[in-house]
Amino acid sequence: MSIISLKDVTFGYSDKEVLSGVSFDIDEPGFISIIGPNGVGKSTLIKLIDGIIKPTSGSIEICDRPLEEYTLKELSKVVGYVPVMASDFNVMSVLDTVLIGRYSHQRWRTTPQDIAVAVKALKAMEIDDLIDRDFNALSAGQRQKVSISRGLVQESKILMLDEPTANLDIRHQLYVSEFLRKLSDRTGMTCFTVSHDLNLAAKYATKVIVLQRPGKIYAIGDPRDVITERMIHDVYDVDCDIVDDHGTPHVILQGVLEESR
Amino acid sequence: MSQSAIMDRAIDAWMEEDVDVVQETENYRRGTLKKITFIVILLFIAIIAAGFAMSIGTYPIDFLDTYRIVWDHFFGEIQDADADYQIDEWRLPRICTGILAGIGLAAAGVVMQSILRNPLADPYTTGISSGASFGATLAIGFGISIANGAYAIVIGAFVFSLIPTVVILAVSKMRGASPTTMIMAGIAVMYIFNAMTTMIKLFVSPDQLAAIFAWSVGSIDGATWTQVGTMLTFVTVGYLVLQLSARKLNVLSTGDESSRSIGIDANKLRLVSLLVVSFLTAGVVSFTGLIGFIGLVSPHICRLVIGSDNRYLIPASAAFGAALLTIADVIGRTVIQPSTIQVGVITAFIGGPLFLYLIIKQRRGS
Repeated sequence: MSIISLKDVTFGYSDKEVLSGVSFDIDEPGFISIIGPNGVGKSTLIKLIDGIIKPTSGSIEICDRPLEEYTLKELSKVVGYVPVMASDFNVMSVLDTVLIGRYSHQRWRTTPQDIAVAVKALKAMEIDDLIDRDFNALSAGQRQKVSISRGLVQESKILMLDEPTANLDIRHQLYVSEFLRKLSDRTGMTCFTVSHDLNLAAKYATKVIVLQRPGKIYAIGDPRDVITERMIHDVYDVDCDIVDDHGTPHVILQGVLEESR
Repeated sequence: MSQSAIMDRAIDAWMEEDVDVVQETENYRRGTLKKITFIVILLFIAIIAAGFAMSIGTYPIDFLDTYRIVWDHFFGEIQDADADYQIDEWRLPRICTGILAGIGLAAAGVVMQSILRNPLADPYTTGISSGASFGATLAIGFGISIANGAYAIVIGAFVFSLIPTVVILAVSKMRGASPTTMIMAGIAVMYIFNAMTTMIKLFVSPDQLAAIFAWSVGSIDGATWTQVGTMLTFVTVGYLVLQLSARKLNVLSTGDESSRSIGIDANKLRLVSLLVVSFLTAGVVSFTGLIGFIGLVSPHICRLVIGSDNRYLIPASAAFGAALLTIADVIGRTVIQPSTIQVGVITAFIGGPLFLYLIIKQRRGS
């Protein structure tokens, strides 16, 4: 069974094409990292898979079913989404903010079952002590983890996370990355993350998708095969050395090169 | 503890089947009870204020007697025909108009703030009230409306209230449009409609001008039961639709993209909500004129006390709006007796400084 299948997907605005002819299949659950330079369409790609935006052309299938056949409620139980930076207008406690992610599972009332799922997610993100705090009074890193908790409580088969470690310190970057990898290994959930940290992607991802300008796939595969000096030179215009870190490629950046485009 | 053990513990916590959440559930239940208690207190204040409002007038009626007279009129036997006449003919329709206007404007304010994710949004600041006001002025001044008879003004108001709604929706579809852009578009439309309303006033007769003026300052004077019946229909229908959308509105406040991934079509919900807000606003403005600050201040204060869960914030703000408007009416009718100050003037005098205070307090807090 194919979990996610993209065939010749193109997306653009009237004045600019963001992604063109993107095709790939994800057949096994895993932790998939999308990497590439700024503005190459990484966030656009996960929004397309989550049905937030529609492709200009091409087709997307989730669990062997065309994306457009899902109702929004059905899709929310299959694909969850964690935005790059959550900033809610509402004045709500952390618990209430996380419970919003239970919308598709709830009727009018919030049940003890919903609260249990929310508490589990907060514990998993090590922020259960913040449960009664005002979400908007939290630090950016804490809000990021609340946002990931809100994605988790959707209990979807696939979770798309747009730069989930962007606001986190090094401990929590490692924590969240390893949590997502282990979650995938133990529960069969597929996690897609957009990342700028090549070493985190190399260490934890089961598969890496590299996007290059103008919105095309440069490579897709095992991080050991994909994260190479050549790729970083071609895609990022950066000079680097790659060293072997217990079988994982580790990128040591050297300097910028003349932009090729 | 090793890294691997920490992670296994985290995954175990997530996969645990029987997690004990008795304490968390109890805390949540207490929080809900606090919100409901707040709503009940506000309703109680509104009822007390209504009693005071009914006792004021040239024919004096004791505060506590007002409730008995109302009860006897509807469910018992009328004991004092004069007092009953005063209340049934004059005072109660006026108070009902005020309560319905408060409920409608405050509920519309909560929903506008939620869908535009802006604490400054309400029917007034987004131009919806001004559009409705222009439609009503057109009907009052020139008798122009797409409907005739009792509904001419309210239908005219509704049709023109849709114009700012369409503008806000069109702006929301633009790439990169933010909630602030939408509200600024609403403010632009508000100025245009206000200018057009002023233009109408230049071309009507002195009598019509007086009628437009008395209506436009925000007044609940001279309310009738027929008027209350029409308002009741608009406010009840509009309020119920908004209340039933409360959970969806909670999701929408996380942003359009997040909402979609949680199962809500933000554009569709915004369209339906704005249509209902227009309907509700037209149903109020047609009979009361422009009453500012109710839609802005009520949600703001209630949010400070019970938070933003729309399931409770909508009824709390509605009760607050009803109480505030009734109190404003009491003040308006007592400060310069025997003359009356229009309720819209009083709400501006109370709401303006209150809103300034809240802004300054919040700034200091942050």
